[in-house]
Amino acid sequence: MANVTRIALIGNPNAGKSSLFNTLTGMNQKTGNFPGVTMDKLTGIWELEPGRNIEILDLPGIYSIYPKSIDEELVINILGNPKHPDYPDMAIVVADASNLKRNLLLFSQVRDLGIPTVLALNMIDVAENQGFVINSLKLARELNVEVAEINAKKGIGVGGLKLAVIKTLKHRYASNDALPLAVADELIEDVQKQFGEADPYRSLLWLMEHDRMKMFNQEQRESFDHLMEKHHFESKKYKSSETVKRYEQISEVVERCVINLNRQWDAEPVKTWTDRLDKVFIHSFWGYVIFLAILFVMFQAVFTWATYPMDLIDGGVAQLNDWLKGILPDSPLTGMLTDGLIAGVGGVLIFVPQIAFLFFFISMLEETGYMSRVMFIMDKMMRRFGLNGKSVVPLISGIACAVPAIMSTRSIGSWKDRLITILVTPLMSCSARLPIYTVLIALVVPEKNTLFGVFNLQGVALFGLYLLGFFMALFSAWVLKKILRAKERSYFIMELPTYKGPRFKHVAISIYNSVRAFIFEAGKIIVAISIVLWVFASYGPGDSMAKIEEQVRLKNPSLTGVDLSNKIASEKLENSYAGHFGKLIEPAIKPLGYDWKIGIALITSFAAREVFVGTMSTIYSLGGEVDNENATIKNRMRAEINPDTGKPMYDAALGFSLLIFYAFAMQCMSTLATTYRETKSWKYPLIQFGYMTTLAYLAAFLVYQILS
Amino acid sequence: MLTLADLRIGEHGEITGFTDEILSLKLLEMGCLPGTEVILTHHAPFGDPIALKVSGYTLTMRREEAATIQIKRK
Repeated sequence: MANVTRIALIGNPNAGKSSLFNTLTGMNQKTGNFPGVTMDKLTGIWELEPGRNIEILDLPGIYSIYPKSIDEELVINILGNPKHPDYPDMAIVVADASNLKRNLLLFSQVRDLGIPTVLALNMIDVAENQGFVINSLKLARELNVEVAEINAKKGIGVGGLKLAVIKTLKHRYASNDALPLAVADELIEDVQKQFGEADPYRSLLWLMEHDRMKMFNQEQRESFDHLMEKHHFESKKYKSSETVKRYEQISEVVERCVINLNRQWDAEPVKTWTDRLDKVFIHSFWGYVIFLAILFVMFQAVFTWATYPMDLIDGGVAQLNDWLKGILPDSPLTGMLTDGLIAGVGGVLIFVPQIAFLFFFISMLEETGYMSRVMFIMDKMMRRFGLNGKSVVPLISGIACAVPAIMSTRSIGSWKDRLITILVTPLMSCSARLPIYTVLIALVVPEKNTLFGVFNLQGVALFGLYLLGFFMALFSAWVLKKILRAKERSYFIMELPTYKGPRFKHVAISIYNSVRAFIFEAGKIIVAISIVLWVFASYGPGDSMAKIEEQVRLKNPSLTGVDLSNKIASEKLENSYAGHFGKLIEPAIKPLGYDWKIGIALITSFAAREVFVGTMSTIYSLGGEVDNENATIKNRMRAEINPDTGKPMYDAALGFSLLIFYAFAMQCMSTLATTYRETKSWKYPLIQFGYMTTLAYLAAFLVYQILS
Repeated sequence: MLTLADLRIGEHGEITGFTDEILSLKLLEMGCLPGTEVILTHHAPFGDPIALKVSGYTLTMRREEAATIQIKRK
C-alpha cells in the first residue's frame, strides 16, 4: 500500500496496546496477558477523519528499544530502518498510567529515534485508585508531545487521540538532536559518514544493535565493530548509563506532573485484588493444587464433555455416507465421494469440539493473567530439565497443537532454553493424537472396568498417555541440556500482570481463529491425503485388480453374498498400490507387531498423524462390509483377525505398541516446517524428526516384545 | 554485601547497585533503579523464583538474579 499513512502502536506488554488496536480498527485479533503474545504482524485500518483511512501496525510489547528476545528484535528492525516496508510515519506509544515512569522510558527512546510520536495515557483510573493524579496537559508541555488520555478497554478517548494524531501528522514535531547521554561527536559522525544521515540516537542504535538488525550485511557489521573499537565505545555500559539517565529525566518530569496522594498519609499501599489472589495462586502448596485442578478440569472438558458433539459428528457423517450410498448409483465416483472425500472431511470435523475446548481454556488462562503465575511457580522445576518457566506455555499449548506452541516460544529470551523447548514440545500429546488414542484405547482397554471403583480405566489410560508424553518431553529436554552448549545465560525477569476479567470477545476470536486454521490448514492436507489414499487403495498395478474377483470366486466356490464381497474387497486392497507400499515396509514394522495395513496408515501419517483414523476408515471400509451396526471404525478394527494366530488383530500388545508409537513419533509436516522457520536451519527439524522417530520405534518395539 | 536475595517476605529494601552488567540493563529497564524501594512479596514453591513489588507493580526473578542486586535495609 503505497502512500498510505501508517502508524505504529508501541508499548509495554499489558499496557493496553492490543485493546487500543481493537478499539481503533475493529479488526479481530488475539490479545493476552503474558509477554510475547502479539507476534505475527497485525495491521488494521482506522478511519482518522471522514474519508481518510490510515493503517495501524501493532508491534510486539516491549519494555525498551533494546531487544532481549527474538520477538522484541522485530521492533528495532522496523523502527530503526526508514527503508523498511513497514516503517511508520508516526508512532502512538501506549503507556500504562499506573506505571508511568517505566512506560515513559520506552516513549523517550522511540521519540529520540526521530519518529513523530503521540503519547496515549491508558489506565488512568487504575493510577487514580492507587492515589496518583496525572496532569496530562503539563506532561504534554514538559515532554513537548501530544498526550491523549484514553481508556483502551472501554474505547473512551478516541476523539482526543484522533486530534493528537492529526496535529502530530501535520506538524511533524522536529526530531531530537540531543542524545540522552553524550558520546564523542566523532563517533556519531563516523557512523553517519559510513551509513548515511540519521538522527544521532538512531545512528547510535545502529552501532549498538547492528548484529540484530537485518538491514546490515556482514561487511557492514564488521565496520561497526571497528568503529566501536576505534572510539573505545562499550555498548553495554552506554545502555545502562543511558537508561539511568533517562529515568532521572523522567523522574523529574513525573515529579512535576503527578500528584501522589499516598504521600500525605505515608501509609502502606492499598491491598489490591491481585495481591489477595496471588496469596493463593502462587502459594507454595495451594498454587500447585489449583494449577493441577485447572489442568484436570481442562482434561475433563476435552475428553468427556467434548465426546458428545464428537459422537454427533461421527454419527452424522456415517449416516450421510450411508444415505448417499443408498441414493447414488454404485460407481467409482460414489466410492470416492463417500469413502474418500466425506470420510476424510469427517475425520477433520471430528477434532473441532476438542480444539475449541482446549483453546477456550488456554485463551482464558492468558486473558486473566493466570498464565504468568503458572510460569512463576513452574520455573524452578522446569529449570532442572534445561527449560524455563516460560516453557510451560508452549508445553501446555502443545496439548492443542505444536505449531502455535512452537511459535509462542519466541518470548523466551535465552536461545538454548528456547531451542530445547522447541525440540521437545511436539512430544506433548497434541489434539491430532487424541482420536488415535481414543480409537485404540477403546479397542484394548476394557470399558467397564474401573480403578479403585472410581476412575474409568479408559480415562486413566488416556491420562497416562498424556503424562507419558509430558515426562518424555522433560527427559528429552534434560538430555538436550547436557548436549547443547549455551551461547547466553538464561534469565527469568518478568512482570506479573494484574489479574483481569477475561474479554470474552477475545476468547471467542481466539477459538474461532484456531478452529478455522485447523479446518483449512490441517483439513486441506487430511482431505487431500484421504482422496489420494482412496485412489491408491482402489487401483493396483496393471490389470491385477480386475482379475481378483474372478480368482476369489474360483478359489472359494463355497462363499456367497456378504462373505464373498468381503473376501474380494480385502484381496483387492492387498493387491492395490497402497497394499504394495504397506507390504514393502512390513519387514521393518513387523517387530513392532504391525502388518501391512497399519503400514499404510504409518506411511500416510508421516505427513500428518491425524490421517491415521481416516486411513484406517478408508482401509477397513474398503476391506469390509458396510452396514449400520458395524459402521464405526472402532467396530471394524475390533473385528479384524490376525491371519497368523487366528485371534483378534488388535490385542493389548499391538494396541499399546501403536499407542506408544503415535505418542512419540514425529508425524507432522507443519510442525517440522514451523521448527525450520523458528530456528532458521534444517538442522533442528532433522534432529527433531530423527530423535522422535527413533524414540517411537524403540519404545513401540519394547512394548510389543514385552506384552506379546 | 546485602542483596535482594537476602530479603524475607514482607521485608523492604532500597536498591544501591548491581553486580552483573548484562542483567543490570534488563533490571534497570524494568524499573529497578538505584534508590528505588522494593518489597519482597512472594516466593514460588521451593523458594525460587521470587516476586517483588517495585515502582508499583510486581516483578519476578530468580534467586540468582536477585543476588546481583545490592540493597540496603529500610
